[in-house]
Amino acid sequence: MQTQGVVDGRFGAFGGRYVPETLVPALDELEVALDAALADPAFHAELDGLLQHYVGRPSPLSDAPRFSERVGAPVWLKREDLNHTGAHKINSALAQALLARRMGKRRIIAETGAGQHGVATATVCARLGLECVVYMGEEDMRRQQLNVYRMRLMGATVVPVTAGTRTLKDATTEAIRDWVTTCPTSHYIIGSVVGPAPYPRMVRDFQAIIGREARRQMLERAGRLPRTVVACVGGGSNAMGIFHPFVNDAAVELVGVEAAGHGLDSGAHSASLTRGTPGVLHGALSYLLQDAHGQVYPAHSISAGLDYPGVGPEHSHLKDTGRATYVSVTDDQALEGFALLGRLEGIIPALETAHAVAWIASQRGRWAADEPVLLCVSGRGDKDVAQVSELGQGVG
Amino acid sequence: MLTARFDALRAQGRRALVCYATAGHPDPERSVALWQGLEAAGADVLEVGVPFSDPMADGPVIQASSQTALAHGVSLDGALALVSRAKLGIPVVLFSYLNPLLAAGPDVLRRAADAGVHGVLVTDLPVGADAAREAWLGEGPLDFVRLVAPTTPQDRMAEIARHGRGFVYLISRLGVTGVSAQLPTELPDTIATLRAVCTLPICVGFGIARPEQARALGAHADGIVVGSAIVRAAGESVDAAVALARELRGALDERGA
Repeated sequence: MQTQGVVDGRFGAFGGRYVPETLVPALDELEVALDAALADPAFHAELDGLLQHYVGRPSPLSDAPRFSERVGAPVWLKREDLNHTGAHKINSALAQALLARRMGKRRIIAETGAGQHGVATATVCARLGLECVVYMGEEDMRRQQLNVYRMRLMGATVVPVTAGTRTLKDATTEAIRDWVTTCPTSHYIIGSVVGPAPYPRMVRDFQAIIGREARRQMLERAGRLPRTVVACVGGGSNAMGIFHPFVNDAAVELVGVEAAGHGLDSGAHSASLTRGTPGVLHGALSYLLQDAHGQVYPAHSISAGLDYPGVGPEHSHLKDTGRATYVSVTDDQALEGFALLGRLEGIIPALETAHAVAWIASQRGRWAADEPVLLCVSGRGDKDVAQVSELGQGVG
Repeated sequence: MLTARFDALRAQGRRALVCYATAGHPDPERSVALWQGLEAAGADVLEVGVPFSDPMADGPVIQASSQTALAHGVSLDGALALVSRAKLGIPVVLFSYLNPLLAAGPDVLRRAADAGVHGVLVTDLPVGADAAREAWLGEGPLDFVRLVAPTTPQDRMAEIARHGRGFVYLISRLGVTGVSAQLPTELPDTIATLRAVCTLPICVGFGIARPEQARALGAHADGIVVGSAIVRAAGESVDAAVALARELRGALDERGA
């Protein structure tokens, strides 16, 4: 076992454990419990059973004939939108809740942006009989009222966060404050591949089921690996989950799509990898939107789930090593992607996913007609329909 | 300078009063006046808080003061300029999150020393987290003050004490900064557990606001840190904050009388 508090779980220069001393023993405890659980067949048996019979895994791989025609290459959709609760978030929330129960922690804390992670966490807490407290920015509560109601229906307490930008960044800060106060009895289920070690690798490993299934399904259905894997990146958990099993396939290109908001030069975007610089936020060193004084900029995206000024440290590493490429798409382009997939395939994607859809749609000519593209449909768009219809968008 | 101050206090049988104030709060002018007033009221050490946009270890009072200071344009450089202007006779410890220090560049520790800072305390850089950056802070011109939490096991307390300089900051209770009605009953035991493996002076902070708390802790610790209570009072007036410091000073000294 490693020495207390000494962190070797870095991704190149990124990651680490930059937290108040109070949390160091809790993170040590979590790391030990995680490794014990991962080595325990009983843990996997219970998790796999719930993933199959409760979440509905494996999620399908859908072909997309009309969208493919538009793109000029076969596009395959990994359907995380068909999971119970409508997004990939439940993969990690479920596994972490089982882990918390193993650790004897019966109170769960979570932060949420779009509400998908909050809903997933409230769901698994109801299933396992755990207390659930979700921190959510006031602005996001307004944007995602239905998800707030869903969480409350399942017995969770939703705490409005009124500090700062009243979005995901401040909800995360508030959740950490709760955890500093309650760590002996609470587990903090972080929603993305962010936060102090061991969170980024833990969430990645619990989300990697997306990529493992998709890799197998591509070989079965398309008869080959994809030329390019595409996913949206806010914190980056669906992207890390689908990328990870392909990292050693050198011929497979990995592309993460960030939110360019009103445009990269507008000062109102969430493209941390494209425009940020390395810095420390929420326990990890990673690319960060910050000013010259190290103060964190408020991010902006039309999609609450991408509205975050940081990004998972492993993405920073994949960027710096060149293994993955990161691009960005504006709010307006994302709205077009949102409508496009609905019109062409009968699948309304989450606004987060719509960024990845829009990027693929913009790249006609990039791929040969026999080069398959794999898109992670990280979530369904039902939660966004009200917001988009208010904007008068999507129906032309 | 921190060591000399604590040695002198020990020789007199007195306890240290460490006062925290956020740089630039309630505004830059009054910030300087507040620090000078705290020194005059008998503070032994001044902790200068560096405003940060995402203070995850701080409660509502210090968060709000940080936001106010940022709105006045005070960041790390601004904090150093204010320290320089204040020309204090007591040691100054910079209390910061890691990111503003990293953004300020490698020579920031030298610039801080030149401005009149003697120590540095980093909320989110625990012992063992980052060898290179800990060495940068530990081997520079400032005393690198380390923190111990109520969750820290004793073998790790020993490790932290070995890495610390100046004094050890013991966090009194779980949670973020802010005033508490009551301090944990096991606090004297925690201090004793730390004392058994630590030769540095021990100052206890988080939640301390009232003279009777100061008096009680003076029996066990080498000093107390008062933060949110001072900041809250400073939000009313500099005089109110200085009066509180004077009252706490009196309570600490009564103990020895």
